[in-house]
Amino acid sequence: MSPDTRIRWVFKPIVWVLCLAPLGWMGWLGYSGGLGANPIEYINRFLGDWALRFLLVALAVTPVRGLTGLNQVQRFRRLLGLFAFFYVVLHVTSYVVLDNFFDWRTIWEDIIKRWYITVGMAGLLSLIPLAVTSTQGWIKRLGKNWAKLHKIVYFAGAAGCLHFFMMRKGFQYEPLIYAGILAVLLGWRVWQNMAKKRKHRKVAA
Amino acid sequence: MLIKITKASDVKSSEITPRPLFEARRNFLQGAAAIGAGAIAASLPLPALAAQGDKLPGVVKTKWTAEALGEKDMPTAYDSVTGYNNFYEFGTGKSDPKTYSQRFKTKPWTISIEGAVEKPGEISFEDLTKPHKLEERVYRMRCVEAWSMIVPWVGIPLGDVLKRFGPTSKAKYVYFETLVDAEQMPGIRRPVLQWPYKEGLRIDEAMNPLTLLGVGLYGEVMPNQNGAPIRLVVPWKYGFKSIKSIVKIKLQEETPPTSWNVASPREYGFYSNVNPKVNHPRWSQGKERRIGEFFKRPTLMFNGYEEEVGQMYAGMDMKKNY
Repeated sequence: MSPDTRIRWVFKPIVWVLCLAPLGWMGWLGYSGGLGANPIEYINRFLGDWALRFLLVALAVTPVRGLTGLNQVQRFRRLLGLFAFFYVVLHVTSYVVLDNFFDWRTIWEDIIKRWYITVGMAGLLSLIPLAVTSTQGWIKRLGKNWAKLHKIVYFAGAAGCLHFFMMRKGFQYEPLIYAGILAVLLGWRVWQNMAKKRKHRKVAA
Repeated sequence: MLIKITKASDVKSSEITPRPLFEARRNFLQGAAAIGAGAIAASLPLPALAAQGDKLPGVVKTKWTAEALGEKDMPTAYDSVTGYNNFYEFGTGKSDPKTYSQRFKTKPWTISIEGAVEKPGEISFEDLTKPHKLEERVYRMRCVEAWSMIVPWVGIPLGDVLKRFGPTSKAKYVYFETLVDAEQMPGIRRPVLQWPYKEGLRIDEAMNPLTLLGVGLYGEVMPNQNGAPIRLVVPWKYGFKSIKSIVKIKLQEETPPTSWNVASPREYGFYSNVNPKVNHPRWSQGKERRIGEFFKRPTLMFNGYEEEVGQMYAGMDMKKNY
């Protein structure tokens, strides 16, 4: 089997199954009564947690490739990014449908008055152009600008972490851990950038 | 072992909750009628070695019944009341308190009564509660996070208890503290809040007939995760004011510090009266999710207890005194 065939027919299907596993787990919890006394809150938080996790995993692909030299991991970046978007959409849907049942007035008030929801919505909106332009067609059409556009994902990651942090009561470690991971993933890119600039300066001199 | 030596704390078969009652918990309204009919008017002492979940004898019904609240406010399922809790000393997840408090030692339990009283001192839980009739009070409970429950508490009026210790004229406020024990409470290791958990009431709020020292719920000894063995119940304020597992009660002149106000002064005020017109800076307080229901419902001023408590705040700016 060629590496390409292996990726397409073995590894990608495995990754697909893993990406859908949280949803399956949530379905199982719902079926077995494991969502607790406030299932709407549990579902919303669960989906939000996984949205942020997938976003961080997608952001980890490039550093992993850089550190290991395994070019094939790049093939999974779009898949993981789109799954992150998928979970973000489910998270927002549960907020609109389950938490507020299409009460648009309350939802609008939340967006403009509650800062953590403003930040969350900004994160969601920023992911939409990225999801839309994730196809081969758009990658060709945008050319060099595609990479520039997709740097917006850094903003989405930050918005997600801030949204999570602003939501908690008291001083809690969990949101800080996510923010820490994001900082490392973005920090790696800053470091790479600085290294590249240093190389160019040497060459130019 | 060949010879079974029974400890005083062993549960006698006569004390085990009868199975039909155990299973009827969800049909509480019917069960409540049965308890009310069989209640004994004279006070009976709290069984000295009662453990969480043991039935409490001699509980008297009051005017605060499930029927008085009506069909729209049915008591919340027992599993929800005892499985969905905020008790950060045991962890910040809603199911953490139940999971991690199972071995929490609630006997012996001593409460220290201090400050502006004629008779300060340490008193055991039994001596504190024995002289009082256990009352059943079915109250609304509204968390600041915008969810709510109806809880059938068992307790004694705080005012009656405080009177025994002779508050002096300097007693303008009542200050409470929760136990802090790093060995039994895994959440203490995280600095989510400054431990011990502190709360306070104005003296008139403490003496209000609604204010209860809760020792049980659903006719049974208080489960650990709900603040065993003794906690405060102030139904017209956000739930965090109803401090759990009390070890200290101090009467004093100055406004006491309260944990959530210390943690986030802009978000949690001293009064924290349930008020749909005053929002939390990060979320609206206009609506709430009643646990067990799908649609949100509008939040009531003073959690529906305006008649009983409104007069204490007459003339006060509720936005400033949040």
